[in-house]
Amino acid sequence: MPTKIGIPRALSYYAYYPFWKTFFESLGHETVTSPLTTKHVLDNGIKEAVTDACVPIKLFHGHVCDLKEKSDFLFVPRFVSVCRERKVTFCPKFLGLPDMIKTSISGLPPLLDVRIDLKKGWAELFKVCVCLGKRLDNNLMEISRALNRGIKAQKRYEKLLLREFTPVEAIAMLEGNKEFVQNRDTRLKFALLGFPYTVYDKFINVDIINKLKKMGVKIFTTEMVPPKILLSQAKKVPKNLFWYFSNQVLRAALYYIDHVKVDGIIHITAFGCGPDAMVDKMIELEAKHRGPVPFMSITIDEHTGEAGLITRLEAFVDMLLLRSEMT
Amino acid sequence: MKIAFPYMGTSHIAFKMLIRDLGHEPMVPPKLSKKTLTYGTQHSPEFACLPFKILLGSYLEAIEQGAELIITSGGSGPCRAGYYGVLHQKILQDLGYDTKIIVMESPYRNPFDFLGKIKSVISCSGVSWWTFIKVFYKAWEKLKLLDETEFLSHQIRPFECLRGETTKVFKECLNVIDESQTTEQIREARKLTQELLNNISQDHTRKVLKIGIIGEIYVVLEPFANHDLEVTLGEMGVLTHRSIYLSDWTRESTGYESKKNIIKAASPYINELFGGHGIYSVGHTVLYSQKGFDGVVQLAPFTCIPEIVAKTILAKVSNDFAIPVLTVFLDEQTGKAGLQTRLEAFVDLLGQKRAIQEGVVT
Repeated sequence: MPTKIGIPRALSYYAYYPFWKTFFESLGHETVTSPLTTKHVLDNGIKEAVTDACVPIKLFHGHVCDLKEKSDFLFVPRFVSVCRERKVTFCPKFLGLPDMIKTSISGLPPLLDVRIDLKKGWAELFKVCVCLGKRLDNNLMEISRALNRGIKAQKRYEKLLLREFTPVEAIAMLEGNKEFVQNRDTRLKFALLGFPYTVYDKFINVDIINKLKKMGVKIFTTEMVPPKILLSQAKKVPKNLFWYFSNQVLRAALYYIDHVKVDGIIHITAFGCGPDAMVDKMIELEAKHRGPVPFMSITIDEHTGEAGLITRLEAFVDMLLLRSEMT
Repeated sequence: MKIAFPYMGTSHIAFKMLIRDLGHEPMVPPKLSKKTLTYGTQHSPEFACLPFKILLGSYLEAIEQGAELIITSGGSGPCRAGYYGVLHQKILQDLGYDTKIIVMESPYRNPFDFLGKIKSVISCSGVSWWTFIKVFYKAWEKLKLLDETEFLSHQIRPFECLRGETTKVFKECLNVIDESQTTEQIREARKLTQELLNNISQDHTRKVLKIGIIGEIYVVLEPFANHDLEVTLGEMGVLTHRSIYLSDWTRESTGYESKKNIIKAASPYINELFGGHGIYSVGHTVLYSQKGFDGVVQLAPFTCIPEIVAKTILAKVSNDFAIPVLTVFLDEQTGKAGLQTRLEAFVDLLGQKRAIQEGVVT
């Protein structure tokens, strides 16, 4: 029977799932993903995680709970850095993630808690993969082949993202499920910014993407900007932020304000998110001084209700429509 | 030039002297108060941590009083504190103030930047590098003296015969230190303050509980942020030991002292520097329990990321070493009475635990 590796559908899932899935499957193992977030998953997460943690971390705990019975190994990597920029790492909660999971949840299968630090270059990724493969009893040949396939899958995935599909759609397309069509008939252009795990988790942000699409808004997200262009925005801020995803969000905001001329910016942030407190204010100030571009910040937490959010979105869209009619 | 700097415990006394010696006018911001916090909260992001809000409020008050330049410290993450300077500057600009904030980054990251910033401050008042080194050393001595005095006061407070006397004497000591200006005077002040504190009548027959204090540096150091936690505990008859003092923090980040031991103690639980003082909180808890402390109080601002990670891990440490940990998250809503009740309950429980261990009650 092949080894089952559980990959929680939370946090880094939305950014790197295709790579890990392909990698593990090419090694001849089976991957299991937790289901889409539900109330049950959230409740489990709230029960297990420390109260002061933000909702994405609680969700991660919930998804781990779901997988702990179904898998032989759990993939909980420690993301330290994925780029060569100095001083840029991940949120401290990513850095301590495997340790947090180990202390808060009991009865776990063995964790594949590799440390992913690509500051020294891509060769580090090979070492990480070798370390993973060794733990799963694979030989060097198999590992190199799997790594190669993984990178190819990730490239295909990122190409789809640049064609303005959301990660959820792109993952479904890679798995050959269905074709998605882009909404052509749009009245407004919005930048919908935030970490991939807050923007694309349909449950926790009460499906904000589709709600906006139905209102005739074209959505631009961080993942739709080519990496090189994102990097070129870095010089517009006096000091880089320390967190990889936050940098991406801020740079995407700058790009959309200056080059795409979006009609509005919506920033999705989790209640009590440390890095976002900084990013949110930065985007607000940049939108005010560079645009001005209308800006709205939406805070999500365990209690986010649908009605309140719809009202706010409708009001925002209505005001921007009025504004565009007046000019 | 009128130069302001942030409050952090008693350190402003040393910084005040340093800036005066450099030929500028020190602009100590008004004492931290409800007003500071209101100012800060009004203009800060909602989820920024308490130190961010206190500092911003303090800067605004200093600017109202005519500060022309603000000097503060930087950092390299992943704790948010390293980004304070940039965002504070942006917020001040947005509010229409053109006061500049100079952020001193670690000299090891970029020595030229560090020296350049110092040069920009000393050159406009015509102070030479040699003088700078001399007065900097003097300020450093003063900072160490301040920390020593505070440390001693916390050692004495639980034993004082007359409640509140140590706090009164400590204030006197601060005045003495504030008035000492030369290296010679600082040396004399050291003798005098030690004498003053040691002269407090003490009752050493008391059995006191020992509590270690860990957590995020700013809220641990600044009594306004933690509602005089150490004084409150001391007057309950608890001997507190603080894991961080500014002089050893400065020493550490300028490379004088390694924190190897603490990290080694924390390594079975977490082996990754995850920002701020998170890993030290874990390490210190292990060390405190080995030194026979009765309990640990963890202080952190609300939404402080490293301390949330530490809190998760401390649950296990507390279990393994049988050392109770009380985590207190502080924000602008925290009231003194609520905090006091929690501390009293914690101390009562620790007292009972000790009594059981000693076989006084079963």
